[in-house]
Amino acid sequence: MKLELKGITKQFPGVLANDNVNLSIGEGEIVALLGENGAGKSTLMNILYGLYTPTSGEVLIDNQPLELHSPGDAIAAGIGMVHQHFMLVPVFTVAENVILGDEPTKRIGWLDARRARKMVKEISGRYSLDVDPDAIIEDLPVGIQQRVEIIKVLAREARFVVFDEPTSVLTPNEVEGFFEIVAGLKADGKGIIFISHKLGEALEIADRIVIMRRGKTVAEVLPEEVDEEKLAELMVGRPVDLVVHREEAKPADVVLSVENLVVLDDRLQRAVDGLSLEVRAGEIVGIAGVQGNGQTELVESLTGLRTSLGGVVRLNGEDITTKSPRAIHKRNVAHVPEDRQKSGLVLPFTVTENIVLDSYYEAPVSRGVQMNWGAARDRAVRLVEEYDVRTPSVDVLVSTLSGGNQQKVIVAREFDRDVALVIASQPTRGIDVGSIEYIHSRIVQERDNQSAVLIVSSELDEIMALSDRILVMFEGKIAGEFDSSATPTEIGLAMLGSQGGLEAS
Amino acid sequence: MTATATPAKAEVKTRATPAERRATVIGTVMVLLAVFVFWVFGLGLESGVRSTFNLSLPGERFQNLVWEVNAQWLSFVVAAIMAFLGGLVLRRSHVKWTNVALAIGLGLFALGFLTWAAAEGSFSLVGMLRSTVLLSVPVTLGALSGLMCERVAVINIAIEGQLLTAAFVGTILGSAWGIWAGLIGAMVTGALLGAVLAVLSIRYRIDQIIAGVVINIFALGLTSFLARRVLSQAPDLNSPGRFTSIKIPILGDIPVIGSMFFDHNIFVYAMFLLIIALHFGLFYTRWGLRSRSVGEHPKAADTVGINVYRVRYRNVILGGVIAGFGGAFLTLAQVSRFEENLTAGIGFIGLAAMIFGRWRPLGVLGAGLVFGFARALQQKLGILGTPIPSEFLSMTPYIVTIIVVAGVVGRARPPAADGQPYIKD
Amino acid sequence: MTESGTPPENEPGDKELPDWYARVTGVGSSLRQALVIPALALLSALIIAAFIIAVTDVDILPLWGTDPGEAFRLTIGGIGDAYKALFVGSFGSVRAITETLFAATPLIFAGLAVAVGFQAGLFNIGVNGQMHIGGMAALWVGFSIAAPAIIHIPLAILAAIAGGALWGGIAGLLRARTGAHEVITTIMLNFIALFLVDYLLKTTVFQQPGRNDPISQKAASTAEFPTLIGDYRVQIGFLLALAAVGAVWWLMYRSTIGFEFRAVGSNPDGGKYAGINVAWIYVTVMAVSGALGGIAGANQILGLEPYRGISNFAGTVGFDAIALALLGRSHPVGVLFAGLLFGALRAGGREMQGAAGIPIDLVLVVQALVIVFIAAPALVRAIYRIKTPEQEGGTTFSKGWGA
Repeated sequence: MKLELKGITKQFPGVLANDNVNLSIGEGEIVALLGENGAGKSTLMNILYGLYTPTSGEVLIDNQPLELHSPGDAIAAGIGMVHQHFMLVPVFTVAENVILGDEPTKRIGWLDARRARKMVKEISGRYSLDVDPDAIIEDLPVGIQQRVEIIKVLAREARFVVFDEPTSVLTPNEVEGFFEIVAGLKADGKGIIFISHKLGEALEIADRIVIMRRGKTVAEVLPEEVDEEKLAELMVGRPVDLVVHREEAKPADVVLSVENLVVLDDRLQRAVDGLSLEVRAGEIVGIAGVQGNGQTELVESLTGLRTSLGGVVRLNGEDITTKSPRAIHKRNVAHVPEDRQKSGLVLPFTVTENIVLDSYYEAPVSRGVQMNWGAARDRAVRLVEEYDVRTPSVDVLVSTLSGGNQQKVIVAREFDRDVALVIASQPTRGIDVGSIEYIHSRIVQERDNQSAVLIVSSELDEIMALSDRILVMFEGKIAGEFDSSATPTEIGLAMLGSQGGLEAS
Repeated sequence: MTATATPAKAEVKTRATPAERRATVIGTVMVLLAVFVFWVFGLGLESGVRSTFNLSLPGERFQNLVWEVNAQWLSFVVAAIMAFLGGLVLRRSHVKWTNVALAIGLGLFALGFLTWAAAEGSFSLVGMLRSTVLLSVPVTLGALSGLMCERVAVINIAIEGQLLTAAFVGTILGSAWGIWAGLIGAMVTGALLGAVLAVLSIRYRIDQIIAGVVINIFALGLTSFLARRVLSQAPDLNSPGRFTSIKIPILGDIPVIGSMFFDHNIFVYAMFLLIIALHFGLFYTRWGLRSRSVGEHPKAADTVGINVYRVRYRNVILGGVIAGFGGAFLTLAQVSRFEENLTAGIGFIGLAAMIFGRWRPLGVLGAGLVFGFARALQQKLGILGTPIPSEFLSMTPYIVTIIVVAGVVGRARPPAADGQPYIKD
Repeated sequence: MTESGTPPENEPGDKELPDWYARVTGVGSSLRQALVIPALALLSALIIAAFIIAVTDVDILPLWGTDPGEAFRLTIGGIGDAYKALFVGSFGSVRAITETLFAATPLIFAGLAVAVGFQAGLFNIGVNGQMHIGGMAALWVGFSIAAPAIIHIPLAILAAIAGGALWGGIAGLLRARTGAHEVITTIMLNFIALFLVDYLLKTTVFQQPGRNDPISQKAASTAEFPTLIGDYRVQIGFLLALAAVGAVWWLMYRSTIGFEFRAVGSNPDGGKYAGINVAWIYVTVMAVSGALGGIAGANQILGLEPYRGISNFAGTVGFDAIALALLGRSHPVGVLFAGLLFGALRAGGREMQGAAGIPIDLVLVVQALVIVFIAAPALVRAIYRIKTPEQEGGTTFSKGWGA
């Protein structure tokens, strides 16, 4: 049994996403597919799963070409996929999600709930996944949700399983558990494609590593032949410095202090539940933690976007708990939001308009109620140059820029002031290595200018590379504090809610 | 390594949650209403004045059932209970029960109001309850049409136009070939307009609200144009027959209940059957599971091999059929002639009923009955002759709709993908 | 800047930039796109309307069975007569042209009202109600005070602005405070305003003495909008409409509040992040939109005979405005031209009704079809096989019910 992708090419308007890509995978084999964001991994997998039709090339199983026009075709051919963004209906139960699309029914399409439940229990038991078939998805932690995705795939009797960035939502300890599950699948004879941009994980788990760059497969190596530096070089196409260089921090006065903060999420649950922290001028504090432990609500509350239910937030001693986003912005707080397209930018606006998005009301960009577009444009031209934003002009729509350049527009807009406090949430999510390096260096530069910096990221590597002090957030509280010498395992334990970090002191 | 311990269970003084704030507002309003009932309905009446409620209609098996009360005394009781409930809500101790208290309070208010309006006279309570059910039919069917569509994430704001056009076609075909032909024609018309909405919003991805508004304008223009150009020249095409009431044996003879539910035309019975079928269909069958998945997370449905577009087309067209059925009710049961813009916003009220009913068939039934009650009240009060100008009575259903969509009576989550086109590739 | 970044081609400080036009008009960069699609949309709508005229001719229908040739000839003749009347009534004479301008006046105000809402992401279907409330306010000022025209007319218009802004503001406030979707609330407010007007017209304050039906006193002659040329009906309202086009253009593209409107309209989350008070913007937008609707209402009472308030005096103007704003792509200048076109349809439609016996409701059908074709450029392209599927700057309002 062998799955092959032969000469796959996919042309999008203006982008050649896949360029004559070849990939093969056998039974009981784990192939890691490595590449930067935008290297074409996801496109390739979407073709394999029938979501995209390739411009040319074919997919074969045992040398028989497959007709893949929809995910249904892929499922029928024995191909399963665990998506990076889980394909689970949040308001359904586990069992409902598992049977969706292939429902056991009695007469007139009446759902057979008992059989569904039994099936989930059976698979869950066979691979020791420990999932309750009657739990509602949105109540489950992401780690368990991922297991539901795996059960979905197994329930459809997939012989080949694609995992798209499976570890990005897991804690280091959960990753270990996940690897055990994958090993179990391998022992069961499944062929596994493991998509990642994390080099260490690929080295640890893969039998073979395929590296993609700019839509092409550029190398195929065995884990024992290479190390992380070599892999990074293959991935990016040039030697990469994996460490962020920075001087020792010189923390000064407390800039941001948070006491007993309580914030509700959209479902009116306490997402932040009595949290306290402090950030000093000249230090970078990183907040680590699995997504969905209240980080989003914390940042929204600190920046005035979400009203808090209780507690006090002080900026340089002043109570800003109930201040508006603008009032907080005026106190020189720079905010790089979690989702640049949802809230950081107005996509149908030009680069110029986005550069002045939160300062349009101040001179010289406006005089009274009249905008001064000349001055706005001057500023945009200057910042585009200063922050290395690659754009044909400041008059193009920001939506036409790459993710990395969009992020630089935000960073330019936010840092072009005498910043007292930087709050950056997922500052480098989904952007290319060049932009990541640039934005990291800018953040360190702000710290060296004696700004206080608070970074929130679900990428533990990023937190560890940047932070002078690391706080772990779990269920709305700080579950541990570490200095930059802590190991991922220690931090990982705290991310699971264990008080490991506390006891170690 | 340094560590700052956070107390395991931080006791934090908190500001009011949204639910608590809402409870404060609602509690205050209820207490104010109680004062109003006490003052206007209670003290405003002479002591000893009696209100008479008739509980039977002419021609029923059990005749002359009446309920006679001391109007002032009843108003005082109503005011007292409302004040008590308002006080409970204000205490915020049982925030979850706010809605229940509000519902009971409003029901009591309606009772107090009727007592006041019927003082020194008699009022056909059962007649009004029967009208409530009848008048709820077009609203409920419109709401079910909206529900069919929104459960698969297509907003159907074209219900109004579907009702209107179906009513028109039902009239013409009903006049020409009989009421059953009219009914079928109306349902086919609804399906066609549903298909137009589906094509515009699914295939061409026009903003769904714009697509709906377009269909409404088109329906209004076309039916008005045709009414003037065709019906005015051929009046015999504007007098279809009517579906008459079919009394269910035994059940139809029960006092009050029988007239309310078991002595109606086929539209009423079909509505109740449809509610039941949709409730079980949506929550216990494969069709329902797939429909809901398409409305909540279409990509997830797609990745397990469900054809999102096909599910959407099917449900939106079925929704059109239901709206067409409701349109037929207007001209083949309620009245038997077509007039320009005879729907007068019923489709939009249906949309509000869908929201009020929390996108659930049984909820929609309840919401439809509330709107039916508002309309019935308006009609009966017009007959009773209250000092309230008729224009203000006519406004009631529309004001109730605004109150409903403003979420004053609570708010539920719509299907997560509601209104968003699904784009493959 | 590094080697891969292309320096901007324009000098800093340029006021007007070529792709600015495309952005603000939302029609893509070519003039062809801006004109061709609307023109084809109108053409398609007129063809379908012709078909509707053909199949609804009760006199000719039986003839198709006996003498199809004659039936065809008569039908084509009938359509020809109808469209000829449509043209003659709108552009055939000086009077016709002034009638077009006269009919366009309220449409332009109402179209601007909808367009302002669109740009800020709000769908104001309530222009009808705002016209009623604004019109009644203007009427009240019109008959209750005595002043020279130079003061009386501005006062009446200010009253209309206040009334319309209030009625629109209610919907804005409901959206901001409770998330109630403005589409439903504005439609409901239309009905409420309709009944309110009927009620007011029967009160002693408004009612014409000696009458029992809902009809108001006549406005003072000083409050009547003076006509522009001789005895033609076009009056200063048209000049005000032109001024409003300019004012709205400045507001949307040159003022800070317009920047806020557009930012919130394109991305409410982005607007909130940028420190804009989104709730307040919703109220302001609906108030501005309602104010424009209010002026349209004043025009319907103080701008034409009999200078009185009657039941449903706003007619279908508020709904025509939706089609119009879409046709004009929500740009003030686009709205102006779309308003003139619809004015022509109205003026010509009356002639068509009188001369060819085609009910004027056909105009509504034509308008609905125009919106379909405008809102779905893909549809027009499919029918006429036009290539160049450029980016389609579609607006989206339907994001659920804002729960």
